[in-house]
Amino acid sequence: MRIAVASGKGGTGKTTVATSLALSLATGQSPPPLFLDCDVEAPNAHLFLHPDFDEQREVGLLVPTVDESKCTHCGKCAEVCQYHAIAVLGQKTMVFPQLCHGCGSCTALCPEKAISETPARMGVIERGPARNGIPFARGVLDVGQPMVVPVIRQLKKWAAPHPEQVVIVDAPPGTSCPVVEAILGAGCVVLVTEPTPFGLHDLRLAVQVARELKIPVGVIINRDGSGDAGVDEFCAAEDLPILMRVPIERTIAEGVARGQTLTEIHPEYAERFRQLFADIVGRASQ
Amino acid sequence: MKQLVILSGKGGTGKTSLAAAFAHLAHENPAPVKTVLADADVDAANLGLVLCLERLETHDFTGGSLAIIDPQLCQGCGICEQVCRFDAVLLPSPNGKGLGGEGYSIDPIACEGCAACVYQCPEEAIRMEPQTAGQWYRSESRYGPLFHAELKPAQENSGKLVTLVKQQARLAALDGEYPLLIVDGPPGIGCPVISAAAGADLALIVAEPTAAGIHDLQRILETTAHFRVPTLVCVNKADIYPEGTRQIEAFCQEHGLELVGRIPFDETVTQAMLNGEPVTAFQRESPASQEMIAVWHNLLTALAIQLIPSK
Repeated sequence: MRIAVASGKGGTGKTTVATSLALSLATGQSPPPLFLDCDVEAPNAHLFLHPDFDEQREVGLLVPTVDESKCTHCGKCAEVCQYHAIAVLGQKTMVFPQLCHGCGSCTALCPEKAISETPARMGVIERGPARNGIPFARGVLDVGQPMVVPVIRQLKKWAAPHPEQVVIVDAPPGTSCPVVEAILGAGCVVLVTEPTPFGLHDLRLAVQVARELKIPVGVIINRDGSGDAGVDEFCAAEDLPILMRVPIERTIAEGVARGQTLTEIHPEYAERFRQLFADIVGRASQ
Repeated sequence: MKQLVILSGKGGTGKTSLAAAFAHLAHENPAPVKTVLADADVDAANLGLVLCLERLETHDFTGGSLAIIDPQLCQGCGICEQVCRFDAVLLPSPNGKGLGGEGYSIDPIACEGCAACVYQCPEEAIRMEPQTAGQWYRSESRYGPLFHAELKPAQENSGKLVTLVKQQARLAALDGEYPLLIVDGPPGIGCPVISAAAGADLALIVAEPTAAGIHDLQRILETTAHFRVPTLVCVNKADIYPEGTRQIEAFCQEHGLELVGRIPFDETVTQAMLNGEPVTAFQRESPASQEMIAVWHNLLTALAIQLIPSK
């Protein structure tokens, strides 16, 4: 079972939920769940699960390199590139690696075989054991790099789970391609939201993303009691199960700020998260 | 015209609440600064929820194109499947049912729009079809023109849409001789953030004094430094974890960054959002509003915008 923890709006408590869920399942469950931090722009789960990274790998894309001695500047590469990542200017063919999606089209279609591909680094993926024996892996996008999806894609391929192993994915915020890449393949998406107009607006969009991918959705309302009834009404109207409510509470806010999970702040949450997991598995088997 | 972008790295630190407050403060007498507003968080655009009065224009945004296989022309050679690096070509299933259907087909979610299959199909059976990936809007807000957009769920090209929204906002600002454009940025440090920060005269980073907030503050500061955007920092919910605020202060001092405000945690910020208005308009005397006003004056100084009292 792969569970992705996501949200439309940022800062709703995705990482708090994902790390607390992982710790709760790591006790009394064997093997412990695999944890994937797919928020490669702003990865934070390591601050809560404290992994010791013992393996690291550079990731990126294969981008074209032009052999000017073979290039006739015919312009075929620029014609076939959909991303304007290669251009012929007079007697020079220029490559813009930051626009390249690594599709290999220019290389395959160059009539002079003047293009070869070289890896361009976009970030790193790393893994190692974390607290309670949780195998932990994450991606970290290099600063200044626009392309997020290849890092997530390679992280998911590299850190493959054992058969039957539970996987918990900490997804990035938003509703576009990085979120899609992070939650693809999940058996359930847990959307963490807050009961405010911003929270509701972005929850609505996140639900549409999950539905587009045909992944079942459950909702966790964080900072419950701080806003209005809009999220509750929306979940009722859309028949979305509310899996958990975490009240607005200064103790929790301060604990999370210090780097504590919910299960450390209030140990009774471990049982609540195990029930939440049983609930998700039960719904999936229906 | 000066361009101010509000960023954070970590999501949910209060970018939009601050952008809305600044829009209100810019508009306020006795010294209004005519301002155009742009919401560059096209994944989850919220600025309109507190500021938008009326949508004046709606335009389609054509993102990338997706490949489509014509089943009449496809001979089933499978070259498309071999050349696709995004696993987007679905194989025909033996019984013609289930995934892939009767012939080869394209998974629209996985398709990256690279057209490698189009150019390499020997039967010319694949074409690219442009996709409407979202919409962008010109709206009238309470405090000036607002440009915002909605990317359709699960779409690509959010950076391209951010660029488009900003372009439109800039044109409106130049046309109407507005001295200021405020851009409410997306979270993260990747493609849409880079688009939002491009060409900015000043970035304000809204930091949160939490373990995660401090970590992400460092990532976004490296990003604005990489693109050479002058940057100021303010701390939101500064009193929720004073130790974290002290860490941010120390970090800023060490790196020569100016900390221009410590906004306290204040329930009136959420109440203002529930009420659909900026907190400075909702309750000007609240502790958060007072500190936001101080931050605003610091920003105007940094942007070297002259306050000319209206007569």
